[in-house]
Amino acid sequence: MTAVPLDRPATTRRGDSVFKGLATAAAVMILVALAGVGIFLTLEGVPALSAESGALGGKDNIVLYVWPLIYGTLLAAALAILMAAPLSIGLALVISHYAPRRLSKPIGYVIDLLAAVPSVVYGLWGIEFLGPRLGQAYGWLAENLGFLPFFEGPASGSGRTILTAGVVLAVMALPIITAICREIFSQTPVLHQEAALALGATRWEMIRLTVFPYGRSGMISAVMLGMGRALGETMAVAMVLSATGVVTINLISSVNPSTIAANIALGFPEASGIKVNVLIFSGLVLFLITFVVNFLGRLIAGRGQVKEGR
Amino acid sequence: MNRTSFRTAFVPGAAALALAVSLSACAAGNETSSANGDTEGSSLSGTLSGGGASSQEAAQNAWRAGFQEANPDVTVNYDPIGSGGGREQFSSGGFPFAGSDSYLTDDEGELSAATEQCGSDPIEIPNYVSPIAVIYNVEGVDELNLSPEVIGQIFNDEIKNWNDPAIAELNEGVELPDAPITAVHRSDESGTTENFTNFLGTVAEDAWPHGEVGEWPIEAGEGGNGTSGVVSAVTNGTNTIGYADASQAGDLGVASVQVGDEFVAPTPEAAAKILEVSPRVEGRPDVDMAFDLDYETEESGVYPIVLTSYLIACQTYADQETADLVKGYLGYIISDEGQQVAAEQAGSAPLASSLAEEAQGIVEAISAE
Amino acid sequence: MAATDQDVRPVTIPDAPLTRPQLPSWAPVLVAVVALAVAALPVVLLGWSLVAMVVLTVVIFVVALPVWSSSVEGPRKAKDRLASALVWSAFGLAMIPLVTLMWQVISNGVPVLSAEFFTYSMRNIVGEGGGIYHAIIGTVIVTAWAAIISVPIGVMAGVYLIEYGAGSRIARVVTFLVDVMTGIPSIVAGLFAYALFVLFFGPGVRMGIGGAVALSVLMIPIVVRSTEEMLKLVPDELREASYALGVPKWRTITKVVLPTAMAGIVTGVTLAVARVAGETAPLLIIAGDTDSVNFNAFAERMATLPVFIYYSYMQPGIPPEFGQERAWGAALVLIAIVMALNILARFISRRFTPKTGR
Repeated sequence: MTAVPLDRPATTRRGDSVFKGLATAAAVMILVALAGVGIFLTLEGVPALSAESGALGGKDNIVLYVWPLIYGTLLAAALAILMAAPLSIGLALVISHYAPRRLSKPIGYVIDLLAAVPSVVYGLWGIEFLGPRLGQAYGWLAENLGFLPFFEGPASGSGRTILTAGVVLAVMALPIITAICREIFSQTPVLHQEAALALGATRWEMIRLTVFPYGRSGMISAVMLGMGRALGETMAVAMVLSATGVVTINLISSVNPSTIAANIALGFPEASGIKVNVLIFSGLVLFLITFVVNFLGRLIAGRGQVKEGR
Repeated sequence: MNRTSFRTAFVPGAAALALAVSLSACAAGNETSSANGDTEGSSLSGTLSGGGASSQEAAQNAWRAGFQEANPDVTVNYDPIGSGGGREQFSSGGFPFAGSDSYLTDDEGELSAATEQCGSDPIEIPNYVSPIAVIYNVEGVDELNLSPEVIGQIFNDEIKNWNDPAIAELNEGVELPDAPITAVHRSDESGTTENFTNFLGTVAEDAWPHGEVGEWPIEAGEGGNGTSGVVSAVTNGTNTIGYADASQAGDLGVASVQVGDEFVAPTPEAAAKILEVSPRVEGRPDVDMAFDLDYETEESGVYPIVLTSYLIACQTYADQETADLVKGYLGYIISDEGQQVAAEQAGSAPLASSLAEEAQGIVEAISAE
Repeated sequence: MAATDQDVRPVTIPDAPLTRPQLPSWAPVLVAVVALAVAALPVVLLGWSLVAMVVLTVVIFVVALPVWSSSVEGPRKAKDRLASALVWSAFGLAMIPLVTLMWQVISNGVPVLSAEFFTYSMRNIVGEGGGIYHAIIGTVIVTAWAAIISVPIGVMAGVYLIEYGAGSRIARVVTFLVDVMTGIPSIVAGLFAYALFVLFFGPGVRMGIGGAVALSVLMIPIVVRSTEEMLKLVPDELREASYALGVPKWRTITKVVLPTAMAGIVTGVTLAVARVAGETAPLLIIAGDTDSVNFNAFAERMATLPVFIYYSYMQPGIPPEFGQERAWGAALVLIAIVMALNILARFISRRFTPKTGR
């Protein structure tokens, strides 16, 4: 008790340093976790480099095994983004500029609902609803646009093609891109917009001249992040796609490329021995691809912010 | 003011957690303990966890349900991790018994490892025989006869059209459409593919040069995920053909396969017969009932495309409880009742009584060290 | 013609009108009705499907209105109308998946719901009957563990980023990597957990806590982000007032800053839980599936709702109807849980967010 005046600063300091230590440890923990993801996947994936064709589905080495999967992953994601990006930008404009103020918030919530639907439910929807209906459309495409290599056919009757997978992925990427875009669009300085309108610009001209230039980097990074989601999405693709593992640009036939994530989900539950390592190796490849895409997306977004901050 | 908002915000979360905890305090309605109704004074108790081939899963579910109902203190787990995983876990002591679509061999040292784990020769019993049907969906074609060569060529993407002369020759009087064939195969690794390709590779080597493979070897045809995926792809497609467990064929057309001079449909009886006409693997001890399936048989009434799955177990176990459980469970699987349950619930073919008797004898001898 | 027209206009028309001719306000409605009528023709005459009719209506509308507008109002206004039409049809298109998905899950799922469905597991069930009790329990346990792991780490990391590390090099790197981490594919998180647990438990390991670790990898970045955002909103005056009273920094953070931001953090955590509760892929890999209730996250397989849906649908058993029915019922329950968590999060954030005085 006698030492109170001296003691108190000491405990305070100790409490402070302990708390700061905890906080710092938590932050470092995140770095460790991220590094851990890379390290453990590498540890368990490396044995796959010496895998023999028995574990590689008849392919001679791991590169030949992974390459068609990379192709399928990129193709599905690219298709998804081609569909999702224009749609999401339109949607974001509806929320930020077109819809009456009273409606725009509920619309935003509804779009967020799309993001809340679990991927396995999208899978069910893709098989039961989307696939059979798109299957009919594919028949029409093959008949009428069959001269294009994408629609060469023969069309898949069940509709479980890479294009269907792309549509499902597009629906899943849509809310992410929309959310970021609408955030950026609504941040466009009101003065710029009013200035454009005052000069006699139509609403579309105002958007083209003020909103888009202001939000360009944000839009690009939003699309990149949506792409990250589409690249890594697993269950919906695993359920919807009828995969054979070929490399083709025919989007509507029953012979389709597979994606890395779907291939892991389908193969893992019954894999054993070196086969597990092969799948983990392909997971490592997927991790690297998504890491690079997300990295670029964030980098572009970050640069945009610096510019805006002038 | 801040503290109040903290508390009030925290309450819903805490309430949800409390609800979750109270919920988790009670067991499921159908998992009541054995306190009520001590059935027939069953003395077995404990947990038996095995695993392996997923082809057996439906049958294993039926067996587990039957065995657990008869012995309420027993829990049996069957982990469908695939044949390879099952053999691996058995050899390393992880599973006291395993299901496998192929018998143990020493190609990769599996047999020796299993023998070492058990301390004596491992038991292998064929417990699950199921015909693999060639299913098709072609409008106007109700009956279809195919020879092994033609099946091989269709799935190897060499016969591409339904009105191919090779098919027409086998099906006189059937009007085959002039339409391309979509051949559907399993996109995941499976024992069904393994047995199907083993049959083709043995009987029609020229038409199917890829031999026995678990994963589809060529980049042609449509892939279906799992048996249900193949069936739905064949059902929803047009002019499709595929292969699947006969029990799952539903309303689809089922092809009859040429054996000798006749065409045989995939019935359980016809499938069970193949074990009777096939020779045992040479050099195996009495407890090892491994068969080399005679796919090339010309015996009448035999359907040759079958999936056979084995139970692998040890003759002796370190502790009495495991020995009793394995003995009880395997005995139930092999029994008439067990085989009948699997036939109803999984569409498998019941073992011929002579084989079942032999297997019963082997299982009876399981004991503790 | 146009050029000369413009050249002479100032001269020939001294009092040029300040407004250009405009389409009447009911023009879009008229075009829509006409488009619908035109699109209905092939449906009646050629037997096209309703879907084709809707598509045709939209196409005709999107083409016809700008063309009409262009002839009356000029190209600039026409472009504006085209843009509006396209933007709104994008909205309509995006509604299709949501509406059809909801309709399908509800219409297939509701008939399955019953008392037995919620209180039974799949143990000893072959064919009809059974329920999802074991899967609900598994989902609750796994997500609870994930929250227990990721909330302390995420909140403390957020505290570090705002209160201690602000502007430092580590903080910048962590912020950036947290952003990148939000993009980790869920299946990679599952593989990570598997690769980690294999080192301790040997190949073929399956347990609930592994699923929780995988979900934590997905959850931590969301918690960090929301904590960060919320702490930024806490006014500096509050901190300074506390320091001025001689309260040490850590007491200031735990007693003043965190309580002020608590509503926002709880909202963020709830949203994060909602996100991971629907994850399938990592649980498929590391938590596996079983048909009995398992309360112990540290041993044996644990069924969860998403994995249950996947297996019930893909491997429904014989006959397939019962398994698929259960899959739809479980899908309805899962969506209801996730939506409820989302609504709860919004409720918390609206009801409890302190006014920042701005």
